[in-house]
Amino acid sequence: MSFNPKHILGIKNLSAADINFILDSADNFKEINSRQIKKVPTLRGKTIVNLFFEASTRTRTSFEIAGKRLSADTINISASSSSVVKGETLEDTAKNIEAMRPDIIVMRHSASGACDYLAQRLNCSIINAGDGTHEHPSQALLDALTIRQHKGSIEGLTVTIAGDITHSRVVRSNIYCLTRLGAKVRVAGPRTMLPPGLEKLGCEIYTDLREAIHNVDCIMMLRIQRERQGKTLIPSVREYSRFYGLNPDNIKLAKADAIVLHPGPMNRGVEISSQIADGPHNVILDQVENGVAVRMALLYLVSGGEQTQQN
Amino acid sequence: MKILVKNGHLIDPKNNINSRFDLLIQDGKVAAVDNGLEASDAELINAEGLLVTPGLIDIHVHLRDPGLEYKEDIVTGTRAAAAGGVTSVACMPNTRPVIDTAAVVEYIINKARQHGSANVYPVASISQAMKGDVLSEMGELKAAGCVAFSDDGLPVVSGELMRRAFEYADTFGAPIISHAEDLSLVGEGCMNEGEVATELGLKGIPWVAEDAATAREIMLAEFTNSHLHVAHVSTRGSVELVRQAKARGVKVTCEATPHHFTLTHEAVRGYNTNAKMNPPLRSQEDVDAVRAGLADGTIDAVATDHAPHHYDEKNVEFPIALNGIVGLETMLPLTLDLVRTGVISREQAIALMTSQPAAVIGIDRGSLEAGAVADLVLIDPELEWTLDAGQLKSKSKNTPFAGWTMRGAATRTLLAGRTVYQR
Repeated sequence: MSFNPKHILGIKNLSAADINFILDSADNFKEINSRQIKKVPTLRGKTIVNLFFEASTRTRTSFEIAGKRLSADTINISASSSSVVKGETLEDTAKNIEAMRPDIIVMRHSASGACDYLAQRLNCSIINAGDGTHEHPSQALLDALTIRQHKGSIEGLTVTIAGDITHSRVVRSNIYCLTRLGAKVRVAGPRTMLPPGLEKLGCEIYTDLREAIHNVDCIMMLRIQRERQGKTLIPSVREYSRFYGLNPDNIKLAKADAIVLHPGPMNRGVEISSQIADGPHNVILDQVENGVAVRMALLYLVSGGEQTQQN
Repeated sequence: MKILVKNGHLIDPKNNINSRFDLLIQDGKVAAVDNGLEASDAELINAEGLLVTPGLIDIHVHLRDPGLEYKEDIVTGTRAAAAGGVTSVACMPNTRPVIDTAAVVEYIINKARQHGSANVYPVASISQAMKGDVLSEMGELKAAGCVAFSDDGLPVVSGELMRRAFEYADTFGAPIISHAEDLSLVGEGCMNEGEVATELGLKGIPWVAEDAATAREIMLAEFTNSHLHVAHVSTRGSVELVRQAKARGVKVTCEATPHHFTLTHEAVRGYNTNAKMNPPLRSQEDVDAVRAGLADGTIDAVATDHAPHHYDEKNVEFPIALNGIVGLETMLPLTLDLVRTGVISREQAIALMTSQPAAVIGIDRGSLEAGAVADLVLIDPELEWTLDAGQLKSKSKNTPFAGWTMRGAATRTLLAGRTVYQR
């Protein structure tokens, strides 16, 4: 099979076969990242614009390195230095960039649906690097790759995602991705951070973290935004940590060989204690490493896959 | 100047007429309603196969004039009305400046009289500049010709101010129209809270934001024994609150929009900014409840919340797109759909768009007895047409119904006997 989509806007419309194809491609690219000379000519002559309307060091750097290792020319544009501050619309900004003939625009934007919006209006490929609280497909894929690497297969696993589910941009993509690959997904958080109807995406809802992680294979902890403290969602970070933080005590409820993921950046001592973040269960840096390989695969596949390599 | 409308099926709910009648117009007024009318000196309109009804009345429109004429103005807005069979509109006060002085009321009424294709009844603001602090000069505004008071879109937060608004408006015999919404519960919400918002990652507006505010307004109307009109009810709960209040004798009326009884929040999928409005499109249960409210008389009027916005204001990311859609030109077919699906009778549909909204704002329109002003519309209830947004008479084209096949249309609209639209 082959899989050469025009855009990667989300996981929702991908099949299990599509996802596995991306993960297999990423596995192949991983080898390049451990070479002495980490560069292949696959995307030579291609131009990739990383259009980031929100700060994101990790994701942007990962996409940039992925593009460069494939010999593409990657350009980073951040909102602070862009014309957005001058009142230009998203469509105009993007069309101006497109007029310079990039092959791929990788976009991060605060508005859910912003990548769908661009894909309807531009001719070049769009890769969603996170749109509001909608999808973040490359994150879900790198999570899946990391789980597969440690567990062999995703089929039959139980994965718990815990934290501020409502405001997370990774939850939906992860639910689609993991359930499509045959995992059971649980989400956990206080009710103020659980959006209504989430179970319709195919997950189980928990409000007690201890119940949620009982006997699970994987735990994904989400960043709690400190600025939410004292607002209406949680009274304090201290209380949040007590009931929803992962620590050496409650992790015993999970399977002995459970792995702990975190999309970062972590708040040590809030949603995850340092003993866990640095302990034997953590696979957090594997996620970051796999992120480059997954993004190489996505850039390669939207560029046309095999044909490009032959040329 | 005489016009004889012959062979039509007359529906005039105010006068309990629903059968074949001829109608003679003389000097802009209804001169006679009878069978076999003849007038050799009259212009003859053959209404064979058509419904003849009072001109439709839409008590919730935004004409954007003065101040926001790039979206709509009184000329284009009333032209859109005429094309939709609407001869009277009540326009909301969120103009620039706000309709909070007699001068603005008079400007609107005069411009509509001189250049418009429909009667325009201004709704003035409850509070000065719609800031929620000080009452508008309601006595003078009413004397200048406004028909009701509303801070539409910027609901009055203070319970005390709202209490006094009811009492003071009632002093001058005008209803308070409430856009019932608890803003703190809305927050940054941009669509109905529920599984679709969750899936799309859009912040939700929960139904309780509308229900809680509707409940407060009903309590205040009951307490002050004043007339409350609830704008655009969209939830199961607010329909039920109005139903219960009516049953215990509270002076409450309410309206529903065609989009709230036609579409659900599913229409937002694809981040369609023409499905973004406030109140938001709700769930199927809410749509069913609004339909039930129309059927059992809880809801008094169909009103469109005609909210023209410029292309640029809709061609943006969903969360920052402005709320609202144009509605004047689609009210009639969408309401007739309720007749075809058996929700309401044809007579009810016409009453919801004529006599009942007229009663809400207390205007002498929506009826065709002898002596009444000859505002009327000829309707082909089964005429099929496809909505091409570019062809709308409104200056703005923000409709979620583009490309829809509509059934039912005004074929001719008369304003005081003058033809203002002909299909």
